[in-house]
Amino acid sequence: MAQFLQQMINGLSIGSVYALMAVGYSLVYSIMSFSNFAHGGVIMLGSYFGFYLLTLTKWAFPAAFVGAALCSAGLAVIVERVAYRPLRLRNAPFLYFIISAMGASMFLENFVVATIGPTFKTYPTVLPRAPIEIGPIYIGRLDIMIFIISAVCLALLVYFLDRTKVGKAVQATAHNPRAAKLMGINTDFVITLVFAIGGFLAGVAGVMFGMKYTVYPQMGGITIKSFIAAVFGGLGSLPGAVIGSLLLGVIETLISGYFSSQFRDLISFTLLIAVLVFRPMGLAGKATEEKA
Amino acid sequence: MNWFYIKGILMLAGMNLMAVLGLSLLTGFTGLFSFGHAGFMALGAYAAAWAGVRMGLPFLVALLAGGLFAGLVSLPIGRLTLNLKGDYFCIATLGFGEAIRLILDNVQTFGGARGWPGIPIRTDLWNVALICVAATWFMVRLVNSRHGRNMIAVREEELAAKTVGIDTFKYKMLSLFVSAVYAGIAGGMMGYYTGFLQPKMFGMAKSTELTIIVIFGGIGSVSGSVLGSILLTALPEILRTFAIWRLVVYGAAVIFIMISRPEGLMGGKEITLDAIRRLARPRKASAGAGTRAGAEGREVQP
Repeated sequence: MAQFLQQMINGLSIGSVYALMAVGYSLVYSIMSFSNFAHGGVIMLGSYFGFYLLTLTKWAFPAAFVGAALCSAGLAVIVERVAYRPLRLRNAPFLYFIISAMGASMFLENFVVATIGPTFKTYPTVLPRAPIEIGPIYIGRLDIMIFIISAVCLALLVYFLDRTKVGKAVQATAHNPRAAKLMGINTDFVITLVFAIGGFLAGVAGVMFGMKYTVYPQMGGITIKSFIAAVFGGLGSLPGAVIGSLLLGVIETLISGYFSSQFRDLISFTLLIAVLVFRPMGLAGKATEEKA
Repeated sequence: MNWFYIKGILMLAGMNLMAVLGLSLLTGFTGLFSFGHAGFMALGAYAAAWAGVRMGLPFLVALLAGGLFAGLVSLPIGRLTLNLKGDYFCIATLGFGEAIRLILDNVQTFGGARGWPGIPIRTDLWNVALICVAATWFMVRLVNSRHGRNMIAVREEELAAKTVGIDTFKYKMLSLFVSAVYAGIAGGMMGYYTGFLQPKMFGMAKSTELTIIVIFGGIGSVSGSVLGSILLTALPEILRTFAIWRLVVYGAAVIFIMISRPEGLMGGKEITLDAIRRLARPRKASAGAGTRAGAEGREVQP
């Protein structure tokens, strides 16, 4: 029982980071209806921003943390400007967006390889390594912090989307971009904002991944997990992305804990296809029928 | 630049061409975007190596077996995923490709993640060239047939295609099957070229590379895929001296192509014998607007 609880807690911690990535990705999807494959690159660079702010400029951890997230937000906006806006203005089919995103992801990853180098970097210790003991359960301080920060970020996002006027504009644009534009919403601004939010969350996730594991140019590959999580929950649905991420995190840790860590990813992928077969719109997604 | 080196590049280009042709049918002509084609290559590679090494089948038969095996696996996959819309299909194929790689990583009879050495070297320039010419010929025939046009209809507007009575699911399935067979044969040739197979060779990077070549060549153009494969296999070799920056330039080039010339190298046009003849006699072609329109009618617009 204790071991099960332990695994659950680890799973929720890793799942909450997936949630940050998946929400950023899903938010962009809800507005633009395409998979932003450059999201992984932003997460990876966010991790590097955090690393260098901590080691080179010796900023205090909270400052470095926010700084890295803001830099990632800026980066995401730049990616949108360079790689997607020209396509958007032309009403290009979604295929072109995805390919452009792949190009951006490739560029970011290899740019880091070429400039910083392919070596692994380790974050300086911010929190004491010793875990907190609650009865038979050990919880890493980092895991608790990750969970709290993720929860706070998601709560702030929900508050922003539901309670503020700009948030309402984002929702309206997600619902129907053309109608929103006709109602006087500046959809260009909304799109920039959504990329900035997605980038910010990506930066937060990147720093936390860097702290938990290491920093390296290919770490953007971890976003495959957030794609899976977002698809689990239903593309474009934020609650779905969060539920899917937590579920994926818990399932993964349970599989590696009780079965085999080698088969962990394989089972995630199988589960992904199974979900798509039985609920093609994901767990919380809305069924959309193409209209003639 | 000795002949041996050039021959190696040409063979690599040929193997890429094989896989790209298949993907070109799926992405370029049917409008389905796959992120898992390296998975089909892996299936073909391992099946062909198994047929040749363990069962002692001759090289060409083993290749065919590899292709057919990849094709057979594509049928249940297609059944499950082809009804998914847009991005859901992309992510499902991505999951599938990675799943194949992870399974192969754990199958110990094929060496698992450490790889499978000792496959006899059978691929040479002549059989690669022969297979590529045959494959290109078949693809051109297919694309210009009724079936090919139905696939294009699915790409252009699936709902409309359905309305005029095209069994869209069947054509998506056919397209996936043919492209999987092509990818399988390409993978098989690769195994018999390097003499060594490792699941890592068929990761997402390979799938992405194939898609980029298709896009670079131009969506909906067989000759574009051919040109794209040759150019994009040779280009990294030419850029070998700045090895690291190569992929940076590559990524930037992909974005640049998408925002400036999304129709790719060929822009949905084909290099046909007619077109070459017209180029050879430019005056007559520009005067006779009627013949040009006639020729363009057969070209495929993306």
